[in-house]
Amino acid sequence: MEIGLNHYLVLSTILFAIGLIGVMRRKNLLMLFFATEILLNAVNVGFAAISHYYGDLTGQMFAFFVIAIAASELAVGLGLLIVWHKRHGTIDLDTMTSMRG
Amino acid sequence: MFEAVAFYLFAFLTITMFWITVTTAQALYALSALAAGMIFISAFFFILGADFLGAVQIIVYTGAVMALYAFGMMFFDTTREVKEKHGNKYIVVGLSVLAAVMIVAIFSAPIISTNMQAFYPVIEGAGNTQMVGLVLFTKYLVPFEVAAIMLLVAMVAGIVLAGKKMDLSLTLLNAQEIQAIEDEKNKKVLS
Repeated sequence: MEIGLNHYLVLSTILFAIGLIGVMRRKNLLMLFFATEILLNAVNVGFAAISHYYGDLTGQMFAFFVIAIAASELAVGLGLLIVWHKRHGTIDLDTMTSMRG
Repeated sequence: MFEAVAFYLFAFLTITMFWITVTTAQALYALSALAAGMIFISAFFFILGADFLGAVQIIVYTGAVMALYAFGMMFFDTTREVKEKHGNKYIVVGLSVLAAVMIVAIFSAPIISTNMQAFYPVIEGAGNTQMVGLVLFTKYLVPFEVAAIMLLVAMVAGIVLAGKKMDLSLTLLNAQEIQAIEDEKNKKVLS
């Protein structure tokens, strides 16, 4: 059985859905970050698959930039998370309702 | 044949690992499962012939990102179970399915319109790493440099946010100044 582009796109979609479920049901901010990483990885799989099946390198380039963005997002986000934890002693999402949203 | 076996094996493993990551109540289990999932993702890149991307995936994600998470988790109390309040389950599932269908639509729209052509086609007789280098340092040089500056900004931001009193170096102070800092600390503890 031949593995085509659709197989990879379906896999990418499944992984993206898992990440979305994680983003929506997690209340702990660290867990929320994990779910974000899953989302970015799911998209990367799609990029690499399209890059392979169309013989085009643009997909791989975008995957590199996505990895770079994920790394910088993580550095800033974790720094902010540490500041919040020092100040409030918790990283629960429900405590961040100072604007009563 | 082998490609199909590898694809299905790694697809099953990746989905299982990521599912564990989003459902477990233990932060450490989530971290380990996420690291395993990242490594399994890199297997897809190797199957797809994107060797350099697979190597970068392993180095950056499981090497750097996971290590950073592990260090970050030292600040937080991860031994206790993560208590979470769950809202309406149907809304969550419905929105996830909707978003997933939209992603399929986004990806399949250019495939259905079959006049898609390779923008930077694969170069004959060059390895994957060589091709990546050729395209990255000619066509994508400016985004590459911008990404480098972005990483630098993120690094500075991370240090500034996480590092407290970084402007103070104990080795550059004389004895009286260090004593003054100690007294200040003791005063805070006593009061």
